[in-house]
Amino acid sequence: MTEMLKQYFKLSNILVTVAILVLFAAVNIGIETGFIDDYYKLNLFLICINIILAVSLNIINGMTGQFSIGHAGFMAIGAYGSAIMTLKLGYPFAVGILVGAVAAALCGILVGLPTLRLKGDYLAIATLGFGEIIRVVILNIDYVGGAAGLNGISQYTDWPWIFSLTVITVLVIKNFMTSTHGRACISIRENEIAAETMGIDITRYKVIAFTMGAFFAGVAGALHAHYFYTIQPTTFGFLKSFDILVYVVLGGLGSMTGSVIAATGLTILSAYLQDYAELRMVIYSLLLIVVMLVRPQGLLGTAELSFDGIRRFFSRQTGKGRGAGNDSAVG
Amino acid sequence: MDVFIQQLINGLSLGSIYALIALGYTMVYGIIRLINFAHGDVYMVGAYVGFWATTQGWGFLPALVLSMVVSAILGVVIERLAYRRLRNSPKIAVLITAIGVSFLLENGGVLALGAKIRTFPNVFPEVQYHFFNGAVVITNRQLVIMVVTTLLMLLLQYVVHKTKTGKAMRAVSHDTQAAMLMGINVDNTISATFAIGSALAAAAGVLVGIYYNAINPYMGIMPGLKAFVAAVVGGIGVIPGAFVGGISLGVIEALVSGYGQSLYRDAVAFALLIIILIVKPSGLFGSNVREKV
Repeated sequence: MTEMLKQYFKLSNILVTVAILVLFAAVNIGIETGFIDDYYKLNLFLICINIILAVSLNIINGMTGQFSIGHAGFMAIGAYGSAIMTLKLGYPFAVGILVGAVAAALCGILVGLPTLRLKGDYLAIATLGFGEIIRVVILNIDYVGGAAGLNGISQYTDWPWIFSLTVITVLVIKNFMTSTHGRACISIRENEIAAETMGIDITRYKVIAFTMGAFFAGVAGALHAHYFYTIQPTTFGFLKSFDILVYVVLGGLGSMTGSVIAATGLTILSAYLQDYAELRMVIYSLLLIVVMLVRPQGLLGTAELSFDGIRRFFSRQTGKGRGAGNDSAVG
Repeated sequence: MDVFIQQLINGLSLGSIYALIALGYTMVYGIIRLINFAHGDVYMVGAYVGFWATTQGWGFLPALVLSMVVSAILGVVIERLAYRRLRNSPKIAVLITAIGVSFLLENGGVLALGAKIRTFPNVFPEVQYHFFNGAVVITNRQLVIMVVTTLLMLLLQYVVHKTKTGKAMRAVSHDTQAAMLMGINVDNTISATFAIGSALAAAAGVLVGIYYNAINPYMGIMPGLKAFVAAVVGGIGVIPGAFVGGISLGVIEALVSGYGQSLYRDAVAFALLIIILIVKPSGLFGSNVREKV
């Protein structure tokens, strides 16, 4: 029991919790006092949404090694599902998020099941196709405004909502990754046939990965819809899926902290380049090609950046710590 | 019935375009197992080269040839710079690079040429031929598309089956290692495949420019994806399969829009893809390859 308590209250966990709370409070005060103006707020919120999207796609692409490039489709389902609940049916925001996310998760199962027979590039194209089908179907439903989109959504997304959901998403996925189930997913990535031989139910874990990824993409979609007042089918096209893919690939397929860092960095970069949309895309695509040619595993590879790792790194540097155990900051 | 025949004709000309693009996909996939996402954008570049040539006053045939040559070089350069180094990397790395190249061409195109739609010069003044008391119309442009496509297909069949390069291509696609042992220069053969595939895509680009009169830097995305669907439907890696797949996809799309569901046209192609992948992943003409452990 005390061992378990020690596990929960170890220094790194306390440090992370304190850091999260301080960040939350600081930004909250900044927004309340107007120190953080609307422009910075917008980008801060975009960073959070992109982190959720990147981390959720990383479950599918990075952890499980299934190449999905239709993530924006799930986001669209979350956005439209939640907007219908709050705008059309008058339910509170929390219900909206939940319904949007569950709807997206159901779509994840729908996509996951039939595409399980496919591998690699075929799967990529099939998920791309599903993303497009979702977009075209939404485009043709008059109830949600068709091509004009859904307007007049109330702006429920505020800092407490978006920050807590981002933190929850990252924590849940991080813990999932180090759980039995997460490790099963990783084993599928490493070698599907070997994993199957070891008794891992590949089908089940692939569907779980798709469902979880879609669920959190739905959350991101709901937050997106309730921040920007309006949603259109074109927002959730292939370009959006591509953006999310870049975060994941750049950060490192399989690295949650990598996704967080890449999503944050690239959102800031695109804020600076927002007047030059084409240039931004050219830089994105060059970045993608160069990263693949020079460092195909992404910035962090499959490693994670953690307090423990940093401590070990420094203690090794000063020569006091256990040293040899783990030999880098990313551990 | 008239609507049906009319849409069948429209579908045949649209399908010819898909078929020409699909050939490049299928050949490249057959030889290095890569979905060359940038292929649709090579088609776009081909259309722009054709546009430049015709606005300079070149005739249709010289413009077509020039555009095919330029795009063939572009295809070879892309393979040389982006794909060759990754030949032994995980598939995902190559696939992501291909997506990167595709976006680079699109947005580089926007940056260099502007996003606006260009109007293709009127190379062939439109002539309409009426049948069934005017209920069915064939234009001379549609005829040009079908004739050029057929000629290129025959040429391709000749190259693949009767020349040394073609023989090498088939050998490499069958078994790269063995081909290497037999003294075939695999790098050159892959370059040749990219050159031929890109040239065919460029021809499709010029034909589309003439048919629809409008081109823009993003024009390659949808036809590219749909041509890939066509290649998968026909059985990826199989040359006649790409042709049949392209024509069928074109006809299906034309029928769907002809019967008033044009908004669903794009979804139909992808739905077809998913159905094919679930029911017969090797495609109509593909043979099942067992995975070796």
